[in-house]
Amino acid sequence: MFLLLSVALIFMAAFATPAIARFIPHKQRFLFALVPATSFALICSKASDIAQGLAISEDYTWIPAFDINLNFRLDGLSFLMALLITGIGALILTYASGYLKGYEANTRFYTIIQIFMAAMLGLVLSDNLIAMFIFWELTTVSSFLLVGFNHENPDARKKALQALIVTAGGGLAMFAGILLLGNVAGTYQVSELITHAEMIKNHKLYEAIVILICLGAFTKSAQFPFHFWLPNAMAAPTPVSAYLHSATMVKAGVFLLARLTPVLGGTSFWLHLLVYVGGFTMILAASLGLIYRDLKKILAYSTLSVLGIITLLIGMGTEFSFKAAIMMLFAHALYKATLFMVAGSIDHETGTRDITRLRGLRKVMPWTFAAAGLAALSQAGFPPFTGFLAKEYFYGSALDHNMKILLISSAFISSMFLFVLAFKIGFHPFLGRENKKIHAHEAPPTMLIGPVTLGLLSLLFGLFPGPIAKYILSPALASFNTTFHPVKLKLWHGVNTALILSLITLTCGFGLYKLRKKIRQNATGVDDKLNIQFDQSFANGLESFIKFAKWSTKLIQSGSLRSYMIITISAFAGLLLYILLYVGGMPEFYKFSHVKPITLAFLVALAIVTIVACTTLSRMTALLSLGVIGFGITLIYMMYGAPDLAFTQILVETLTVVMFMVVIHKLPRFKDFSTRRKKAFDAIFASIVGMTVTFLVIKAQNLSSKNPVSQIYAETSYLEAHGRNVVNVILVDFRAFDTFGEIVVLSIAGLGVSLLMRNNKKEDTE
Amino acid sequence: METLIAILIGILFAGGVYCLLQRSLVRLVIGIMLIGQGANLLTFAASGLTRKHTAIIKSGETILQAPHADPLPQALVLTAIVIGFGFTAFCLALLHRTYKTLGHDDLEKFNTTDTDK
Repeated sequence: MFLLLSVALIFMAAFATPAIARFIPHKQRFLFALVPATSFALICSKASDIAQGLAISEDYTWIPAFDINLNFRLDGLSFLMALLITGIGALILTYASGYLKGYEANTRFYTIIQIFMAAMLGLVLSDNLIAMFIFWELTTVSSFLLVGFNHENPDARKKALQALIVTAGGGLAMFAGILLLGNVAGTYQVSELITHAEMIKNHKLYEAIVILICLGAFTKSAQFPFHFWLPNAMAAPTPVSAYLHSATMVKAGVFLLARLTPVLGGTSFWLHLLVYVGGFTMILAASLGLIYRDLKKILAYSTLSVLGIITLLIGMGTEFSFKAAIMMLFAHALYKATLFMVAGSIDHETGTRDITRLRGLRKVMPWTFAAAGLAALSQAGFPPFTGFLAKEYFYGSALDHNMKILLISSAFISSMFLFVLAFKIGFHPFLGRENKKIHAHEAPPTMLIGPVTLGLLSLLFGLFPGPIAKYILSPALASFNTTFHPVKLKLWHGVNTALILSLITLTCGFGLYKLRKKIRQNATGVDDKLNIQFDQSFANGLESFIKFAKWSTKLIQSGSLRSYMIITISAFAGLLLYILLYVGGMPEFYKFSHVKPITLAFLVALAIVTIVACTTLSRMTALLSLGVIGFGITLIYMMYGAPDLAFTQILVETLTVVMFMVVIHKLPRFKDFSTRRKKAFDAIFASIVGMTVTFLVIKAQNLSSKNPVSQIYAETSYLEAHGRNVVNVILVDFRAFDTFGEIVVLSIAGLGVSLLMRNNKKEDTE
Repeated sequence: METLIAILIGILFAGGVYCLLQRSLVRLVIGIMLIGQGANLLTFAASGLTRKHTAIIKSGETILQAPHADPLPQALVLTAIVIGFGFTAFCLALLHRTYKTLGHDDLEKFNTTDTDK
């Protein structure tokens, strides 16, 4: 119950927020943080079970017919993610209460971000892939609303839309992958899929499944070539970026990869796909980050780079690399959320995020600086921070792998660049001489709690890694390996290659940091070219898609009734012909016998009259022809034992002719609008449809059902309903409700007619 | 004989479809009426035709003795005739009104929702 509760609690809070918020003054809105904090506590209460390698499951049937259930499962990996989502979520909501104090629409913010939070929590706790996908899409939609929070700004709207299209598009691909996977394995439960892993990997659809699912993961975690949406999504208010774009949403992609590693991982296809995509992203993003001046842009690129690292580590597929991936994910969530909040505080208090203008803030913003420094040292990989542990594992697993040279060199480059990016955010704005033009002051306490707490945790967990090893690393590792064994985490491993590499990285990184200005100046323009190209091709793609939609709409929705008719009728006749020719078989013509000459003459006359009715240019002739057809059909009803039909038909025909007579002199003369050619086409088309219908009738007559439905009416009409005329009994007794409906239709039609005619009279008199 | 009726139904449908494709609104209404007649006859004839036998239980008998006409299609067609009448009446009124308002009955000019005055 408690897993469901921890998700439902946040959902309920989200929906109650608009009602509650009006009673909570802006200053006290940090109280909203109590919601995720409660969930955090709920999840923490299971820590001892998790530490023993147990998983907690809760199953709720939802749509059992489709094997879609709400199966919540808390194992090591989801425990880690859930803690990050709720823990950082609580701090972010506290932070946001300070950051958004002035915003009018901040109720909307709290509502949406709580929906996002609940969806994200549901995502990581879902064991059923379909349910997970639903939460996944819910995060996409809510993040769209959050990125476009400043919706008056057209640029924010545009970028939110871009993020939505990229991630939702990837989500759809992933959905296709999930369906394939479910079809192949016969279940959507991850915990059951694992038992079918070998079969799935040998299946001929394996590559397709991996590609489709990876499309979802790569778009969500902004891997190359889908990376461009994340820097653009920095248009979001900073609390949103700090939450979605550091610790939670962008991690959903790598979380999925990790989750499915025991199912899909371990093949060389998986290895190469993840290692190359992740590796390329980590280097490209880290180097692009060097050329930016905007704090949030720099953060976005360093996030991209770390997401690349995690993808790469998951792809490498060794136990060492899984450990590194977990540590990297954990360390990154702590320091990146801090740095984002710091960037937001700087922006909030100084009004700029341009690092060339930000100098010497250490005196006015000492607490912010402290938090920033701690987080930056962690990102840079200084001992004894968690970031250092993560990097040690990264190097260690690279050294351990058979793609050693490639991995080590790329790991080195990206770590060095990440060092520079860390210092550009964490130290550059605070050190040096003060910029007199900027009047800054320290952020309010609500905006300090989050960054300072997380900054300190980065340090504490590095100094005392015991609890991390016990509660986070060992259980999460079990999610990769499917078997649990406790692992140790030590800060000091003695002097080894990884440590030496670390030290070289720090030295080189520091050197590079000193050269940061030169790099940026020399590289100005490079980024514009690169990024604009991606933006441009995205915009072009979108535009041509819209063009295509317009073109196809025009084609189908031409506005001409004639073409609609042709399409509709061809569909009808085409399907009918198809069934007759290929499924049912063409009917045989055999009932030509016993035709009296007089009947033949009668039918031929009716046929001729029909043709006259269609082609005549005289209104009176048309009217008379219709009358003749109607009465002719009456005769047919008479001949074949349907006196009731004949009576009704005579009445109706008479009335119709009278009605037609009333309006006919007010109707326009027939005009031949169509060209000869069009008419010829119409005639041929109509003949084909007519022939198809003829075949249908003959076919229907040839078939005979052994137990006709009407038998029951024939037998019970007199005995139960006391009527001898079976047709009448059906209408007024057996199917009386149908007749009632018919009366209603008729009255509505009568009402319509009388209204249409009455209005007319009024206008005439005016 | 039944085959001939089937051909007549085909001709009614063909005539109806031909009229539906013309640009004149009056023709459209005629087309609807023709298809209506054809559809009624189709329902009636599809279950097979029995000559000279009705679906009425003779006095002295308690159940309908074979051979008899199939009562179910007749009941359906009876409903359809009446509904068809209502529909035709409505179409005629609408046609009348449309012509009064717009002054023409060219369907190709009905593309816009606004009446240009």
